[in-house]
Amino acid sequence: MEKVRSHLMLCAGTGCVASGTTKVKAALEEELAKKGLSEEIKIVLTGCNGYCAEGPVMAVYPEEVFYQKLTVEEVPKLVEEHFLKGRPYQKLMFREPEKKTAIPAMKDIPFFKHQVLRVLRNKGLIDPEKIEEYIARDGYQAVAKALTAMTPEEIIKTVKDSGLRGRGGAGFLTGLKWEFASKVPSAVKFMLCNGDEGDPGAFMDRSVMEADPHSVIEGMIIGAKAIGANYGYIYVRAEYPLAVKRLRMAIDQATEAGLLGKNILDTGFDFELDIYLGAGAFVCGEETALMRSIEGKRGMPRPRPPFPAVKGLWDKPSVLNNVETLAQISPIILNGSEWYRSLGTEKSAGTKVFALTGAVNNVGLVEVPMGIPLRTIIYDIGGGIKKGKKFKAVQLGGPSGGCIPEHLLDIPVTYEDIVATGAIVGSGGMVVMDEGTCMVGTAKFFLEFTADESCGKCTPCRVGTKILLDMLTDITEGKGKESDIATLEDLSRDIITTSLCGLGQTAPNPVLSTLRYFKHEYESHIHQKWCKAGVCRNLTTFWIDEKLCKACGACLRACPSKAIVGEKKVPHKIIQELCVNCRTCFDTCKFNSIRILPAGFEGDPNEFLAKTAAGAKEEK
Amino acid sequence: MPRLTVADLQKIKEKYKADFTLREGGYTVKIIVHMGTCGIAAGARNIMTAVMEEIAKVNRNDIIVTTSGCAGLCAKEPLATVELANQPPVRYSDLTDEKIREIFREHVLGGKPVEKYALVTGCETTY
Ligand SMILES: Cc1cc2nc3c(=O)[nH]c(=O)nc-3n(C[C@H](O)[C@H](O)[C@H](O)COP(=O)(O)O)c2cc1C
Ligand code: SF4
Ligand code: SF4
Ligand code: SF4
Ligand code: FES
Ligand code: FES
Repeated sequence: MEKVRSHLMLCAGTGCVASGTTKVKAALEEELAKKGLSEEIKIVLTGCNGYCAEGPVMAVYPEEVFYQKLTVEEVPKLVEEHFLKGRPYQKLMFREPEKKTAIPAMKDIPFFKHQVLRVLRNKGLIDPEKIEEYIARDGYQAVAKALTAMTPEEIIKTVKDSGLRGRGGAGFLTGLKWEFASKVPSAVKFMLCNGDEGDPGAFMDRSVMEADPHSVIEGMIIGAKAIGANYGYIYVRAEYPLAVKRLRMAIDQATEAGLLGKNILDTGFDFELDIYLGAGAFVCGEETALMRSIEGKRGMPRPRPPFPAVKGLWDKPSVLNNVETLAQISPIILNGSEWYRSLGTEKSAGTKVFALTGAVNNVGLVEVPMGIPLRTIIYDIGGGIKKGKKFKAVQLGGPSGGCIPEHLLDIPVTYEDIVATGAIVGSGGMVVMDEGTCMVGTAKFFLEFTADESCGKCTPCRVGTKILLDMLTDITEGKGKESDIATLEDLSRDIITTSLCGLGQTAPNPVLSTLRYFKHEYESHIHQKWCKAGVCRNLTTFWIDEKLCKACGACLRACPSKAIVGEKKVPHKIIQELCVNCRTCFDTCKFNSIRILPAGFEGDPNEFLAKTAAGAKEEK
Repeated sequence: MPRLTVADLQKIKEKYKADFTLREGGYTVKIIVHMGTCGIAAGARNIMTAVMEEIAKVNRNDIIVTTSGCAGLCAKEPLATVELANQPPVRYSDLTDEKIREIFREHVLGGKPVEKYALVTGCETTY
């Protein structure tokens, strides 16, 4: 037996492959061979580590040293220093934004340190293309247990007692859904997996399918046993080619090993699993539309009831679960419901994966126990707001969600508490926004998405979202009317109550939640023609405060339309006729000397700003 | 892969134990070979090879080997440190192929530090 002393777990997820994993791997192989280390140091390709922005990433075991932003050029030095001489190579390590010290070990890096991995338990630890590695980490033990030592009722009870709620958006109790379907008598039933992941910016499901495809399959086998289904589909969007490839391989391996197909593990239970490639429309992620789509029809929602548990795919009783939901099933079966409940809260048990993006220092996938404060995710894991800027809001739940302001950052992340703010946990998209964000623009951004994705079947959603979008566009262009705010609110409520499916029923959420916490921004857009964040070009005047300007010339050099004049030691000035309100100077000035005033401002800026500042204080 | 039975799952897990001891921790012995510039010049590479051979011979999957950089003791190279779970690490100096194999038998497998080669006990652990 040859002895391997070190494993280099090199990320081969979509993100890291795009930033160069393949070349880095070749370079590593070459250097290791040159130094005579090929025998004792092994390279293992893993799935996504959730830290794609810093990719390609690699963890070195047993030292657990984490490297990021690997390049072919750095490989010789890395191999010489770390693998030959035993000196971890600082240059490629994680560094905290303010303190510049390198942190070698993965377990000490704040982004990873605060996470608790259940869904992502095998992330970066196994080669997802080898079923043996999955089995070595207790894989398929839960299937063995469920199929040999548990009745369907016991499986359902365990999942119900665990408190696991669907991670696809609605947060419905998984065990209860299984129970409904199990009670409907039918010779043919279906167990389905939703890997459509349509929320823009979300990638937790892709990451699980790429890094740990067997965990999804295992959850489906157990679910199938529980409800009495012998057939299943995983619905994956065609834009996820790597996830599709890994799932295909995993299904083939599991079938060959007798873990799928006829007579699984010689227990007499049959379950056949296939993949269905989704066409990409957002609405196809909705359960009834998804089932129509598998049937080969156009993916359009239909009214419920009948619920899929009664009449689903081809009118047979069916259960559809999200990827992340299914990946949690096997540990629950192995460790029991009490174990699952040891994290999270009474009504929101366990952990949830969030896709943290936007204006934070560390972006990526974050798995945390439910119930921890939003602040912990944004500041401890996310490392706070980039470039020392001020936090403004965090958008949760994607296009169906809402914005949460600063004063609510200490609320615990649970289904109930988040809904109470007007946002939703949803599939776990979390976009952090800094002070330079216009909230009307943010609402407009999400409405653009939903108005575009509305399938058109029902009028309130098809027409209503379009009207909302047009009004928001008008407001950001300075054509807002006095009555707009009331109209936005009324129309939003109508769309919510009268739309057929979840898309229409949630589409106005971004409007309502920004109106709830940032109404003054709508008002200043409409009444004062003033976008205080300086984003809406028709609603701003940029002005340099002469008393603060250090005449450094940075803005002058940065201005794309040469609208700034000045010389050394003389405060600079913006020539309004030339200014196109692009905001570049504002972002460039290191001395905070530039102010944002209403469109077409005339008068004394100092006096005006002093007055509005005082007014804002009084309001508080 | 042939069709599996429930018992096979356990067997596969055992077979991959060494790989996962490396990745998940949970090893019982850690041998650190110091690989600074002078260590390599003094023959640390051969010490490493000897250690790897000995481990392969006994087929134990709970022993891991790592390297570390300069220990600041150039005159006494090659150096290696043996760390048994729950015992203070022992650093050995002026190693040769024979000495490290003896240490492997006595200390790593037998649990008794080889005092005649030991430099210090209880030195700090390193990456
Ligand atoms: C417009 C729309 C899009 C949806 N997209 C997804 C999706 O991409 N992935 C997903 O898992 N659920 C999606 N859902 C939720 C599904 O309808 C369904 O509730 C979920 O897949 C059930 O799984 P769970 O109980 O495990 O969460 C969407 C719902 C709506 C209304
Ligand atoms: S609410 Fe929108 S997406 Fe849903 S069925 Fe109606 S038109 Fe289609
Ligand atoms: S806002 Fe843009 S165009 Fe106007 S002065 Fe600044 S940089 Fe120039
Ligand atoms: S960047 Fe700021 S400080 Fe420098 S010249 Fe422009 S306004 Fe003045
Ligand atoms: S693809 Fe490598 S961290 Fe996501
Ligand atoms: S290089 Fe060996 S002790 Fe310094």
